[in-house]
Amino acid sequence: MATAVRNDVMIPQPYLIREVSKETYDTFTLRLAPDKGSNHGSFLPGQFSMLWVFGVGELPISISGDPEEHQRLVYTVRSVGQATNALVTRSAGEAVGVRGPFGNGWPLQAARGHDVIIVAGGIGLAPLRPVIYEVLSHRKDFGRLVILYGARSPRDLLYRKELASWARQKETQVLTSVDYGGMSWRGHVGVVTTLFKYARLKPSRSIAMVCGPEIMMRFVTRELETYGLSRNDIYLSMERNMKCAIGFCGHCQYGPHFICKEGPVFTYEQLRPMLEKYEL
Amino acid sequence: METLERIIAEHPFLADLDPSFTRLMVGCAKNVRFNRNDYIFREGDPANEFYLIREGKVAVEIFPAQGKPMIAATLDHGEILGWSWLLPPYQWKLNARALENVRAISLDGKCLRNKCEENHDLGYEVLKRFARIIEQRLETTRMQLIDVYAVR
Repeated sequence: MATAVRNDVMIPQPYLIREVSKETYDTFTLRLAPDKGSNHGSFLPGQFSMLWVFGVGELPISISGDPEEHQRLVYTVRSVGQATNALVTRSAGEAVGVRGPFGNGWPLQAARGHDVIIVAGGIGLAPLRPVIYEVLSHRKDFGRLVILYGARSPRDLLYRKELASWARQKETQVLTSVDYGGMSWRGHVGVVTTLFKYARLKPSRSIAMVCGPEIMMRFVTRELETYGLSRNDIYLSMERNMKCAIGFCGHCQYGPHFICKEGPVFTYEQLRPMLEKYEL
Repeated sequence: METLERIIAEHPFLADLDPSFTRLMVGCAKNVRFNRNDYIFREGDPANEFYLIREGKVAVEIFPAQGKPMIAATLDHGEILGWSWLLPPYQWKLNARALENVRAISLDGKCLRNKCEENHDLGYEVLKRFARIIEQRLETTRMQLIDVYAVR
């Protein structure tokens, strides 16, 4: 009896790499299309896929493209180890396996009618980029869009051209910051939390979406609370060692939660008891 | 016309300051301007004042023992620049350079120290406000030190 169903979520679907573009010295954006040329289907901003690099391994990577672009799946990947390095050094025309999309995504329904505050650190801007696309393409459904983005240095900033173009959109404020600027850097220097004082925030009608290293998110959530956002209006995207991506294997368990299935996006209220525990 | 007293009273650093204290501080204040790339002060120079930034961006620069100078922080309108005037040896520990044309109010450190000695209520108020700024900058410096964007 045949057991494999065509849409079995554990079976990677073949995709072809259409383009690999360099974002920074160690970060690349890959555009993939289904091998058979069909549409990939839809995804929600904030969801992730499991990307299978044949002969190397499988990686959970957030989708960083436009949710309304149905011919391509877009991922931004920082090369930090063997599997990510193997992925970003693939060339156009080579195949990878794709499972997913998985996870719950950002609360775009809840954000309608509200100001949206995006706070990202480093590569954390990638899972938030689909939210930005969504807000900008449905501008009347949302209030102001405030993007606060921090990176280690100017050469670590992602999507620099897009950041400049987003800053020119109506009702949109984009502030970027780096921890260390060279002498030629004319922008802001300081961690991302130092940008809050320049942001035009209306906390009572805002929803914040935060993504970056956990330690950064701890500081950012504290700052957002200080500015008056409620813990239920602050959403964080968590990263753990996702393997099965459907809540079976338990590799990504975080306290009582399976990040892959219940998350990766949670409210700060849900995560707060765990966020400040050492080595959880 | 904007008076110095009103400008000082409206600066976020001195928000809600008792008007009698503002009047005392005005006696130590003057308007200053710096052109882009001007050094406002340099490491080792006497620290005789501090600045309420009204417009423009200032880079705070440090010089590692070896290697190129780097910008450790930037300060913008509504912020204050400099606290080395508060404590001996009254000497700047860093460089400050205007990244843009800067307008600021300069407050004479010696003049203000004297007024704070004469009026401890004023002194306590000034120190509380500086303590808050120092605490915030210490926290952001710690965050820079632990490299919050690093992949772990």
